[in-house]
Amino acid sequence: MLADKDRIFTNLYGFEGSDLKSAQKRGDWDKTASFIKKGREWIIEEVKTSGLRGRGGAGFPTGLKWSFMPKTLTERPHYLVINADESEPGTCKDRDILRNEPHKLIEGALIAGFAMGARAAFIYVRGEFYNEGSTLWQAIHEAYDAGLLGKNAAKSGWDFDIIVHRGAGAYICGEETALIESIEGKKGQPRNKPPFPAMAGLYSCPTTVNNVETIAVVPTILRRGGKWFAGLGLNEKNAGTKLFCISGHVNNPCNVEEVMGISLRDLIDKHCGGVRGGWDNLLAVIPGGSSTPMLSKAVCDNIHMDFDSLKEAGTGLGTAGVIVMDKSTDIIQAICRLSQFYMHESCGQCTPCREGTGWLWRIMKRMVQGNATVEEIDQLYEVTKEIEGHTICALGDAAAWPIQGLIKNFRPEMERRIMEYRKAA
Amino acid sequence: MKKPFDLNAEYQPEHFKFSEKYQKLADKAIALYPKGKQQSAVMPLLDLAQRQVAEEGAKATPVYGGWIPRAAMDHIAEVLDMHKVKVYEVASFYSMYNTAPVGQYLVQFCTTTPCWLCGSSDIVNACKNHLGIDLGETTKDGKFTLMEVECLGACVNAPMIQINDDYYEDLTAASVVEVLEVLAQGLKPQIGSQTGRKSSMSSAGPTTLKEEAKKAKVV
Repeated sequence: MLADKDRIFTNLYGFEGSDLKSAQKRGDWDKTASFIKKGREWIIEEVKTSGLRGRGGAGFPTGLKWSFMPKTLTERPHYLVINADESEPGTCKDRDILRNEPHKLIEGALIAGFAMGARAAFIYVRGEFYNEGSTLWQAIHEAYDAGLLGKNAAKSGWDFDIIVHRGAGAYICGEETALIESIEGKKGQPRNKPPFPAMAGLYSCPTTVNNVETIAVVPTILRRGGKWFAGLGLNEKNAGTKLFCISGHVNNPCNVEEVMGISLRDLIDKHCGGVRGGWDNLLAVIPGGSSTPMLSKAVCDNIHMDFDSLKEAGTGLGTAGVIVMDKSTDIIQAICRLSQFYMHESCGQCTPCREGTGWLWRIMKRMVQGNATVEEIDQLYEVTKEIEGHTICALGDAAAWPIQGLIKNFRPEMERRIMEYRKAA
Repeated sequence: MKKPFDLNAEYQPEHFKFSEKYQKLADKAIALYPKGKQQSAVMPLLDLAQRQVAEEGAKATPVYGGWIPRAAMDHIAEVLDMHKVKVYEVASFYSMYNTAPVGQYLVQFCTTTPCWLCGSSDIVNACKNHLGIDLGETTKDGKFTLMEVECLGACVNAPMIQINDDYYEDLTAASVVEVLEVLAQGLKPQIGSQTGRKSSMSSAGPTTLKEEAKKAKVV
C-alpha cells in the first residue's frame, strides 16, 4: 500500500483549500523556475526516467511523446492541450484534480509547455464540469496575479498562457483530434492520422495532447526525482502512483491514489470496504472504464492493476475506472447500457461505427430479454469484429470490446436466457 | 436525449441580441483565442446565449430555462464571421446546447452503467412520480424538464444527477425528491453529496490522508 508520504495528490478529497496559498503550503510552485532553467532536455529525460505513461487510457510513455514535438521553434507556435474531457463511464479522477488540486495542473502545464516549446496551453474541460471549470479558472487567475503565469512565468524567463475551453457534452471530444476540432469551433469529429498532432494539431500547429493526471504529476516527479516515481509501482514499465476510481457494488465506492500494480483485491478490500456481500459475491469487474473488456471473478482473484498485467489478461488499465458488479447484476443489461452509451456518443463520421453501434444496441436489447437465437450471439460477435479496427478513432473499438468481453465470459448466461425466453413463449 | 433541432418551429423568436452584460462576456471569450481564430469562440458564445435566455426565462411567466434560439445562432455566425450552417452544426452536435425550449430546471439523470448499478432507475422513477411527467417532458408551470443523459463523470458518487450547473450526488429516491422540492420553493439545495460525504472519499471515512482529514475535521 502507498504510504501517505509518497502521495502526490495530498488534497485529493478537498480537506484543504484549492487556492494558491493552500497549494503552496502543500509544496506546489516550489522552485518551479529552477526546473525550467535546467532546460528542455533535462525535463524530458527526468520524465522518461520516471517511467510515466499517459494516464488518459492508452498508456503511451509521456517523455517520449513530448520528444516528438519539433526541436526548433519556427513562426508556427507550439501548443500544449490538456484533456479534461473526462467522460469514460466509471472514471471521475480528473474531476478531483480540477476542483481540489488545480495548481498542480497549472504548474505542470507550465513545465510541460516549456519542455515542448509551447507558449500556451488549452485545457479542455467537459462542459458538465461547470463548477470544476470555474475553480480551475479561478486558480489560473490567481496564478496570473502572482506572476506564475503570463510574461516571465514564475520568473522562469518563459512566457506562458493558459486558456480554459469548455466542452458541451460530447464523449468523443476526449479523443485527441476531435478535441482539437472542438477547440477550433467545429463539431468534435476525429481527424485521420497522419498527420499526427505533434506535426499538425491545433490550428495546424505542432500540438501535444495530454491527460490531466499526466500533467498534474509532473511537478512532483521533478521535485522528488524521476527515480523516486520509478521506484513506486509494480515494475519499471508500470511505475509510479495512479488515481483509481472504484464504483458500483462495493461497500464504499471512492477515488484513491495507490501504487500502480496494486492487486485488485487489495484495492477493493482496503479502500472500498470490500465487495457488497463479500468477495465471493463478486460477479465481474470492468477494470479500466467502460471500454475495457470485463474480467470474471476467477481472474479478479489474482489480477494486478497496471497496464501490462491487464493487457496480458486481455483487457486494459484504461483510465483505471474500476466498475464492480456483484452477483445480483443483470450482466447482459449492464453491457447493453454501455452499448446505448456508445450509440449515443458515436460522432457519425464512419459508417461502421455510426450504423454498427446502433445494431449492437438493438441486438443487445433483445439479448437482455432472451428474445434471440443462439446463432445471433455469433452474429453479434461478428458485428463487433466488423466495427473494431475499421474506424478513424477508437470509439468503434470501445463499443466492440465490452460485448466481446461479455460473450467471452458469460456466453452460457446469454444462452440460458434465450432458452428461458423460448420456454416461456 | 436532446430534442431535434427545428429551425422553423413556432417557438423560434424573430430576433436575438446579446445584452450589454453578455456582450462584454462574449468579447472577453473571443479575445482568448489567437487573432483570426475567432471561430474557436463559437462554443463559449453559444453557452452565453443559452445563459442569457435562462436569465430572461427566470423572470418570465411561466418560467423557462436556457436554450438557444435560431436567431441567436444567426447572430453568433455574424459576430464570428462564420457560415450559419457551421453554427447550427455545432449547436446540434453537442448535447448541452438546448436547441428547443426547456424548463427552468433541467434535471439530467445519469443512467449509464455505474449509476445504473447503484439504482439510478429508482431515482428516475421517483422524480417522474413526484412531478407527474415522463422523460423528455416539462411540467406545466415550466419549472422542470426531465432528461436522461450519458455518464456525467461522478461514478463513485452514484447515483447522481445534474440540474443546470450543479451536481447532486449519493442520491436516494427520498433525497432526490427533496432536492426538487427545495428548488420548487425557489431556494438552492446543498449541491454535491446528499449524504454529507466529502467529495470522492470513502463514505466510511477516508482510508488515506487521515491526518489531513483530522485537521480539516472530516469524519
